[in-house]
Amino acid sequence: MAKYILKRLLYLVITLWVIATLTFFLMKCLPGTPFDAERLALMSASQRAALLAHYGLDKPVWQQYFIYLGSLLRGDFGTSFMYVNQNVAGVVTNRLGPSVLIGAQAVVVGVSIGLALGIVAAWKHNSLIDYLTMFLAVLGVSVPNFVMAALMQYYLGYKFSLLPVAFWTNWKCSVMPTLALALSAIAMVARFMRTEMLEVLEQDYITTARAKGLNNMKVLTRHVIRNSIIPVITVVGPIIVNLLTGSLVVESIFAVPGVGSLFVDSIKANDYPVIMAVTLFYSAFYMIVVIIMDVTYQLVDPRIRLASGSGE
Amino acid sequence: MKKLLEVNNLTVEIHTDHGTVYACRGVSFDLNEDETLCIVGESGSGKSITVKGIMRLLPKTAKIVEGSVMFEGRDLTKVPEKEMLSLRGSDISMIFQDPMTSLNPTMTVGDQIMEVLKEHKKEMSKQQRKARTLELIELVGINNPETRFRQYPHQLSGGMRQRIVIAMALACDPKILIADEPTTALDVTIQAQILDLMREIQKKSHTAIILITHNLGVVANMADRVGVMYGGKLVETANVRELFFHMEHPYTKGLLASIPKKGVKEELRSIPGSPPDLMAPPKGCPFAARCEYTMKVCQQYLPELTEIAPDHRCACWLLDERAAKMRQEVR
Repeated sequence: MAKYILKRLLYLVITLWVIATLTFFLMKCLPGTPFDAERLALMSASQRAALLAHYGLDKPVWQQYFIYLGSLLRGDFGTSFMYVNQNVAGVVTNRLGPSVLIGAQAVVVGVSIGLALGIVAAWKHNSLIDYLTMFLAVLGVSVPNFVMAALMQYYLGYKFSLLPVAFWTNWKCSVMPTLALALSAIAMVARFMRTEMLEVLEQDYITTARAKGLNNMKVLTRHVIRNSIIPVITVVGPIIVNLLTGSLVVESIFAVPGVGSLFVDSIKANDYPVIMAVTLFYSAFYMIVVIIMDVTYQLVDPRIRLASGSGE
Repeated sequence: MKKLLEVNNLTVEIHTDHGTVYACRGVSFDLNEDETLCIVGESGSGKSITVKGIMRLLPKTAKIVEGSVMFEGRDLTKVPEKEMLSLRGSDISMIFQDPMTSLNPTMTVGDQIMEVLKEHKKEMSKQQRKARTLELIELVGINNPETRFRQYPHQLSGGMRQRIVIAMALACDPKILIADEPTTALDVTIQAQILDLMREIQKKSHTAIILITHNLGVVANMADRVGVMYGGKLVETANVRELFFHMEHPYTKGLLASIPKKGVKEELRSIPGSPPDLMAPPKGCPFAARCEYTMKVCQQYLPELTEIAPDHRCACWLLDERAAKMRQEVR
């Protein structure tokens, strides 16, 4: 197992390097400079050269690339252009807090409610609860979260004044963004769980379990859920990444100072070090979640455990 | 011989989107202590549904609409579900057709056997349960019980899995063991081993067995008594010698004639036609449409299962005294 994880981590580093390289050169293809064009025009040639030299932008692109890689290896993400003289690592970490809080809450709410709804719907297949859940699930997938967000702002925030409409002052501010993000997760997880569970319920080993004299609850908890949850792990992985890396739309609507808005602002401002840092962070995070998913798979499903054990 | 189970007029209907399937239409039979009853018939003749009805393990869409299943003075079709739970796996247990799918893939086989004991032998300690499980694994002829105990179903062969399923069924010394085509999914050599195992176990524990099969070879090997099912009905029952030597029902005859004969090079024989559609079962005898001796009465009236010799019952109009002439011809 340790060997397996180590191997995966090595792949992760290689992949990150490829992503860093691609992003670096793509970014340099973007039109414009990090500097205000009008003010740049007012400067003298020597002033301009001094400015570019200060940020290391006077050298050829390939040299800049190697300098950047070198500092990355030392763990230095550089200094932001937008937030003058601020360390990029600091800028990103500051913005990460709200995004991760909202995201983590959305993951917990989305996955737990989604699983619960899926299980109930499958268990009461073709009942009113089943139809209601599936109606909700279709709604959750098809209604965009910004529509939900606007509706919530109007009703919960403005009409009934239950929650703050926007901004980021206390925990209450995170409730509506969390719900807006969680809705699609609930819908996806519920639908997936229901489908998987309906399939498992048809399996012979469920009849075997009943033939042992187990009651419904024991059949469900010991035999049905564990077997249906394995494929669900696959969809939960990407959902977690999506939610935790912050959503630009939801963050903008609720004026949350999160990573999503930082990313977009940095692209608009040609803030090269921030673009690089956020891209690398997203990628690394995604890959780490995928590795965790694969390890979880092996813990839950003994068949996979054996396959990788003999393959390694 | 003491009667252990008495099935009377058991009728099961399955409700589907396309209509009602009359899968089991008034089946009656007895099971005595220490005997093996084989139920034979082709796919879709209602064998599985009948035994699942006895266990009340029917799919949600199926319902017992009539009849009774008497076991130790109780009617199993009427007792509350809670009582049924305590019977399943302890007094009556079941073995299924496909050992590849009838074990939970994410649970060790040891845990799966222990689960039965945990459910029905609450007085046993954990150590006792484990000891009993190891004993069971050994009983069904698997070596290294300690290792096997910790393994998952995918690490065992088909034959071994079926042995585990049998061990599970035997865990609480059941009075009745229902085996639903236990060897159909296994290859021939393993089939023989599993059947031997079942016979051996019966010798030791005197469990009554209901064995469902469509293999007449298995019947000849295992059965004390035989019931032949067709179109959701029992058409002939007899003890095994009587059935093989004095079979009366044209369907039973057809079944036996379909067995390929050793050393004879001829086309495989089959019964022409196909089994009746159980969504709209025929008014008369279910076999009438395929029977070579069919008479007018067969189309219109359902023959009753009547005793034609000691311990031999058959449902066929040819055996009616009024059909004596026809009977001569058939002979």
